[in-house]
Amino acid sequence: MKVRVHVSLKNGVLDPQGRAIHHAIEGLGFSGVADVRAGRLFELEVEPGVTDAQLEDIASKLLANMVIENYRIERVA
Amino acid sequence: MAFRSAVITFPGSNCDRDMADALEKISGSKPASVWHRDADLPEGLDFIALPGGFSYGDYLRSGAMAARSPIMQAVVAAAGRGVPVLGVCNGFQVLTEAGLLPGALMRNAGIRFVCREVMLTVENSQSLFTAGYETGQQIRVPVAHHDGNYFADAATLDRLEGEGRVAFRYAEEVNGSARDIAGVLNEGGNVLGMMPHPERAIEKAHGGTDGRALFESAIKALVGA
Repeated sequence: MKVRVHVSLKNGVLDPQGRAIHHAIEGLGFSGVADVRAGRLFELEVEPGVTDAQLEDIASKLLANMVIENYRIERVA
Repeated sequence: MAFRSAVITFPGSNCDRDMADALEKISGSKPASVWHRDADLPEGLDFIALPGGFSYGDYLRSGAMAARSPIMQAVVAAAGRGVPVLGVCNGFQVLTEAGLLPGALMRNAGIRFVCREVMLTVENSQSLFTAGYETGQQIRVPVAHHDGNYFADAATLDRLEGEGRVAFRYAEEVNGSARDIAGVLNEGGNVLGMMPHPERAIEKAHGGTDGRALFESAIKALVGA
């Protein structure tokens, strides 16, 4: 099955890349975008037996740096 | 007594030879070269250095893959026994990713790669690595990094400051680091991570020698003058 792990910066952590992307959006002439935060999406193809606890471990021990990032796990049938 | 040191090389390290050269020139003994896949360090090491570079192409996050390589288990164990560990630039990133130092190194606030000499203030001259300097002394050392923006939460920063674990601070704006932190020590004082490159400032040809005292004081403390 497919699992998506969404990794994003914690609130309060400055995101220089997000800010630069925001500037670029404005530079293209789009208005109305108040803020941009850049993150990452990991798509894992896992066997059905892989538990939520194992996925949590994978996310918190490697995919996200818990000092600066949060993660969200989504099982996609 | 001969100084026994090791420089760890990861795929993508590019300052490992500079680091080995600095250690050899200043201590008189050639460091062992250790590959990231090795499971063990040489016996009886006095000093371990994690060099700068772009280990694993900075995949995932700078230092993230290297921190999980086989040799790092041995480095973490050695650090736990009190063996001095110096991480410079990518080495600092590896140390934070491995959990040996608090905080994280994020993309420079100005987005750009910064490659120039910067002024640092020595904040703590009591450590093994900084005893050759005076507290408050300003030194000139090169930086070359894209991800040097030190981040930790306010409580961690307060604790680092309160415990004298901020070894170096930037004396000018460089990368947006929290409280201008350029280098931090672990709780035991035997692990130092810093973004600036002291190994690139040890002889006249480098344009400055302010990094030399870091190696001299560590070597002197470990094996005697």
